[in-house]
Amino acid sequence: MASDAHLFEWLCRMGDNALVLGHRVSEWCGHAPVLEEDIALANTALDLIGQTQLWLGLAGEIEGKGRNADALAYRRDVMDFRNLLLVEQPNRDFGHTMMRQFLFDAWHIEMLSALKGHEHAEISAIAEKSLKEVTYHFERSADTVIALGDGTEESHKRMQDALDRLWPYVGEMFLSDDIDRAVCDPAPLREAFDARINAVLSEATLTRPDSDFAHKGGKTGVRHTEHLGHMLAVMQFLPRAYPDAQW
Amino acid sequence: MVALQPSVADVWEWLDAVPDPEIPVISLVDLGIIRDVAWQDDTLVVTVTPTYSGCPATTIINLDIETALRGHGIEKLQLKRQLSPAWTTDWLTDKGRAKLEDYGIAPPQAAGGPQQCPRCKSQAVERISQFGSTPCKAQWRCTDCLEPFDYFKCI
Repeated sequence: MASDAHLFEWLCRMGDNALVLGHRVSEWCGHAPVLEEDIALANTALDLIGQTQLWLGLAGEIEGKGRNADALAYRRDVMDFRNLLLVEQPNRDFGHTMMRQFLFDAWHIEMLSALKGHEHAEISAIAEKSLKEVTYHFERSADTVIALGDGTEESHKRMQDALDRLWPYVGEMFLSDDIDRAVCDPAPLREAFDARINAVLSEATLTRPDSDFAHKGGKTGVRHTEHLGHMLAVMQFLPRAYPDAQW
Repeated sequence: MVALQPSVADVWEWLDAVPDPEIPVISLVDLGIIRDVAWQDDTLVVTVTPTYSGCPATTIINLDIETALRGHGIEKLQLKRQLSPAWTTDWLTDKGRAKLEDYGIAPPQAAGGPQQCPRCKSQAVERISQFGSTPCKAQWRCTDCLEPFDYFKCI
């Protein structure tokens, strides 16, 4: 059984992934190329923020210092965040946003499937709940990657550029340390992830990059890219300016 | 003197009169999110499961349950959140499914799409978007009467 300190760190990793990606996706609200996509992106963001409340809520309970999900989301600074570098990458164009979503969804679905039935009953329950939502996310992001990859010359080029740019952030999802291994080691999930994405990329006529070079440090908190601090400055402004505001 | 506790069956009936805040034609019981009603000594414990983890109606739902039960004289009330087993549209009641269709929302089907247009009943329908006006719905369109409509996602 994992120690409380390990559990807290691990729950922050899961919660921060959902929070940071959820916020990134929500930045599209009111800006997506068509109304249906705008609604789809906002709904995906909403699911992720809901999952954040569950993961960070449990993290706060286990930490036992009176911090709830809001306190963890809004009152930690950038170096205390434990999300993967992939999810903090900026949105860029719609294709790039969907490629980031696809790569994350493919990992997320394998991770949550592995966690469902975990000996820690609350972790298992959150995974079971989230998995239903994420299965739907993956269906949509995979369909979009195929439609745009195997679309026009322009859309194909943009999707290949997005894949090439984001690929160095894939490896971090499968690195594991003592904290991961105390709860659920992501390394053995790589094979299923590869099978999952290879099938979609080939249908999308996209070429998987050769290099397996991986940027790392996000989930261990060693380093984040410059983008996260800017994102938090926007996301955390209101609760930091009015710390005890209620509405 | 001994105060008479309302029966669990009465409480279920009261909850069946509380509308879903986003789709008010169906009740919270129709939606299948009330998982249990039980007395623990003198406290009424109502177990509720969320539809989607980020559904913004969850807070309102809890408030509506509390308001309704207090209105029926329940003083000691505890609302319990249950995540597992995760909510499924299989828990929608038949009454709820019929009311959805009458209201213009196609009820969920295991096949993954609506059986027919809720308006003209044509089976010629196509998907517009995987998501809709609330987390639990998707957007479809009838290619016969051309009316767009909501479809209650099957999960």
